[in-house]
Amino acid sequence: MKFPLSWLHEWVRPQVDEAQFLHRLTMSGLEVEEVQRHGQGLDDVVVARIVGCEQHPNADRLRVCQVDDGSGVPLQIVCGAPNAREGLVAPLVRVGARLPDGSAIGKVKLRGVESTGMLCSGRELGLSTDHDGLLELATGLTPGQPLTATLGLPDLSIEIGLTPNRGDCLSIGGLAREIAAQYDLPHCGPVIDTQAATIPRQIEIRLSNPEACPRYCGRVIEGLRPGVASPAWMQQRLTRSGLRPISALVDVTNYVMLELGQPLHAFDADKVTGAINVRLAEAGEQLKLLDGREVDLDPDMLVIADDRAALALAGIMGGDSSKIVDGSSSVFLESAHFAPSAISGRARRLAMHTDASHRFERGVDAELPRLAIERATALLIEIAGGQAGPLVEAVETAALPKREPIVLRNARLQRVLGMQIEYPQVGAILGRLGLQVRAEADHWVATPPSARFDLQREEDLIEEVVRIFGYDNVPVRLPRGEIALRSPSEGVISDARLRQLIVARGYREAVNLSFASAELYGRYGQQGLAVKLANPLSADLALMRPALVPGLVESVLANLRRQLDRARMFELGRVFAQGQSESEHLAMVCCGSAQPEQWGSSPRPMDFFDLKADVEAVLSTMGRAQELRWEAAQDEFLHPGRAAALMLGNQRVGIMGALHPALQADLDAPTEVYVAELNLDRLRPRALSIARAISRFPQVRRDLAMIVDDQVSYAQVREAVLAEPIAELAELRLFDLYCGKGVPEGSKSFAIGLIFQHDSRTLGEQEVEAWVAAVRERLTQAVGAAWRG
Amino acid sequence: MNQSEPTLEEAAASALAELSSISTIEALESLRVSWLGKQGRITDALKTLGKIAPEQRKAEGERINGVKQRMMDGIAAQRSVIEAAQLQQRLASERVDVSLPGRGEGIGTQHPLTRTLERIVDIFSQLGYVAATGPEIEDDWHNFEALNFPPDHPARAMHDTFYFPDGRLLRTHTSPVQIRAMLGRTPPLRVVAAGRVYRSDSDQTHSPMFHQVEGFVVAEDVSFADLKGTLAEFVKAFFEQEVEMRFRPSFFPFTEPSAEVDIRWGDRWLEVLGCGMVHPNVLRNCDIDPERYTGFAFGMGVERLAMLRYQVSDLRSFFDNDWRFLGQFR
Repeated sequence: MKFPLSWLHEWVRPQVDEAQFLHRLTMSGLEVEEVQRHGQGLDDVVVARIVGCEQHPNADRLRVCQVDDGSGVPLQIVCGAPNAREGLVAPLVRVGARLPDGSAIGKVKLRGVESTGMLCSGRELGLSTDHDGLLELATGLTPGQPLTATLGLPDLSIEIGLTPNRGDCLSIGGLAREIAAQYDLPHCGPVIDTQAATIPRQIEIRLSNPEACPRYCGRVIEGLRPGVASPAWMQQRLTRSGLRPISALVDVTNYVMLELGQPLHAFDADKVTGAINVRLAEAGEQLKLLDGREVDLDPDMLVIADDRAALALAGIMGGDSSKIVDGSSSVFLESAHFAPSAISGRARRLAMHTDASHRFERGVDAELPRLAIERATALLIEIAGGQAGPLVEAVETAALPKREPIVLRNARLQRVLGMQIEYPQVGAILGRLGLQVRAEADHWVATPPSARFDLQREEDLIEEVVRIFGYDNVPVRLPRGEIALRSPSEGVISDARLRQLIVARGYREAVNLSFASAELYGRYGQQGLAVKLANPLSADLALMRPALVPGLVESVLANLRRQLDRARMFELGRVFAQGQSESEHLAMVCCGSAQPEQWGSSPRPMDFFDLKADVEAVLSTMGRAQELRWEAAQDEFLHPGRAAALMLGNQRVGIMGALHPALQADLDAPTEVYVAELNLDRLRPRALSIARAISRFPQVRRDLAMIVDDQVSYAQVREAVLAEPIAELAELRLFDLYCGKGVPEGSKSFAIGLIFQHDSRTLGEQEVEAWVAAVRERLTQAVGAAWRG
Repeated sequence: MNQSEPTLEEAAASALAELSSISTIEALESLRVSWLGKQGRITDALKTLGKIAPEQRKAEGERINGVKQRMMDGIAAQRSVIEAAQLQQRLASERVDVSLPGRGEGIGTQHPLTRTLERIVDIFSQLGYVAATGPEIEDDWHNFEALNFPPDHPARAMHDTFYFPDGRLLRTHTSPVQIRAMLGRTPPLRVVAAGRVYRSDSDQTHSPMFHQVEGFVVAEDVSFADLKGTLAEFVKAFFEQEVEMRFRPSFFPFTEPSAEVDIRWGDRWLEVLGCGMVHPNVLRNCDIDPERYTGFAFGMGVERLAMLRYQVSDLRSFFDNDWRFLGQFR
């Protein structure tokens, strides 16, 4: 809601300075969003009248005007404005004075004719955006008078951000009521007289759905002078309220809406056939709106219809067929009450939002329609002439919104606020806000005014009381009372801890949007199960990501394009798939050298096992490393020889590997990219670590070097070693993997260390040798190990 | 005795005098062997004792052992000298340039948003709040209806919502976690919930995905004054300094009275929090008796707080994942 302060001051004028006034507005919940000053630098501008106007001898588009500036000696001014004419009253900047932009006006010759001053448009004075001609002032003004005084300048436009509950403040009258309550002042608006009918013409009104429209006032006005513009004062108020002046009729309806809060609509009375019927739309009904759009009406949409068809979308926008056009001379004015429930959501469904729908959705005072139509009638006839028919009001009193009395208990007020407000002050505040208040011993019974749709229960009154009392005046305290101590389970490794761990291993954390493009995830073969948005911002952001890796790879690649040659990034976030509950994943992506470039060590490119160490660090921290198994994986986006699935039982809980070379090329990745993704939800929680006694007896180590076929995996070797449990085998360690000279083609050599230890005695040579022999035998049997040396 | 033949003492004295010129352990060892070894002079001298008259033996023995002791002490002393010199030499040769950088993997960095989010949650944990979570794909009831947003209410227009074809939606705030946390629990409750939220709005100052932290307390006799105090404590803890703040009336369907909290930042007031007393309808929707219990709730945007704290000027830089941007947050 944007309004000029001067307009509000006509209704109520608190004796505070501007800064205090604006601060109080914000602190009472009417947040001041913007302040715009008008009429700065207009001290030199005066009112002037054109007393003579002739064509410029040397220029088709210029005129030579004789201008009365009140000095008694007419000034000769050359002017290019199309509306320059004898009798016009317009702003004048005399020679030697300045325009608001600082430019000085001098005596000049234009095409050989002397010009001594400048007549101005609204835009040149910063008063409007209009630059079509001179700003036309009221003809009754006295030449020489300062302009500022005649236009209520200087002035201030204040834009306030109104919350949806405060529809009552969407007018000068409503704001005046609120400001008056804040400052405990009286307020009053213009006197509105009833307009007597001078013609008999009237249109009958039927309320077919009184729940949705319990009151409808209408009046025919005939004989309006066509093409009349609204007066400068009205145009200034509209402009300073953010509306563009259009014509007398449109301006008057907008003006009354801004003044009182009641949206009005004007139909061409000659296009209305029979009676007005306020009814719900019929199935399949269509309507062409003022703005030219054809809309399909839903059966819960209220329309204004005549005997033939729907004419307007009630409370939202008028229709095309009955709209006022240049030739219209008879107008049917509508001023009605529509219930918020009958309007809200409909405009949005049609992707519309109008000043009328904005107000009706929030609630417009049901007592306003009659007042507003009288006001509009008076203004219209004053500005554009015409004759009014009788005011026709259809009303269903029983369906009008009721304001029920609300009980406010003093004890409740005190409990919710945590303080006591003096008893008489509470009643006084409610009274100032226009509620009918009855004070009882320990409570008040208060009936809200018809304009307040937001006051329905005790909490609403508590808010009103503390709002006017001032949030600043509520004390500051900490909650007392018991705190249930519920510390997080040690078994659940927090995201924070995981982040610290991964950060310590050189990774930088990324945060990507949760949205994904089908195209990108399609390259990874992962778009199939993705959840699709019904209303995405763009096709690129149409899916909810089913995995983190593709997005994180994009982040890494973007950095490589910015000349980074080694990257390690991770992300924690939810992933989404159809038919599955969302789960939290961890992704890690890295590429480049195994270590940052540094002195004293020769660089090598990172490989599978560099990333695997990082993944294992995570798994070990999560306490599940022992239960997990790595298996070769066949995912299409991974290098088939360098891909592993992490298995927990027979559930896949993670994946890692190198991007498939084809995908790598497709993504334009300059180097091999290693990726890992873990489902953290499945990896939580872990079992608590339980301490064991540490053996005080010496370890015995035996190393074995074996040659096996290249196809034999370390997992098979390990499995063979551990196939028969040896309680004294404290550790199995792989310390070398070799192929090359000395090992036959197609084979490789594993070197393992077996470390034995007994809890309560020193081991004997013979028993150790027996175990080693058994292990060798199992390896020979299971993986065909041949023995070196 | 031949005069040119030096006595044992003389020979020893002369050997001891030369000791300091011996600079290697090997040379010192051969000297030791020539004196104290099996065929050394001292050993030889001791062997002669048997041929001496018994009455002279004791004196002669003491004399030879005296020489032996002097030689042993001298050699041991010189050994220490040589070893010390050798250690010095080794240490000198093993010197490194301590200004060279260390080797190995470097340290990474945590994202400023998750770091801010963790800090906020930590602060409330210290006040006894328990962390809770909820789904990001929500239903209308949890995201709107239970929070007292009737269908078609204009307040819904303030939440530009992403929908799924089945009618579910992406949560527009963390407030549905309030509902989930209250349902099935009995007050007193202190809960904090953090996470990603979504609004279909994207420009320089809006991201379609952002982060919120939500907190609420429900107990007997929780008041607006308690809310003010709690948030004042939070702001002070978060910014680690006294920050001027103000509460001004606002509107959220799920709280009443409602407030926005602004903090003084330079010469401006910046909105950082929304809060209020939990609306009785919301408590009722969660089977909590609003006559017995009251509560307050608050929510804040993590991006805004992180921008203020780390002086980040462009919201979008949080989601660009530029290596250099991320690397600044040590």
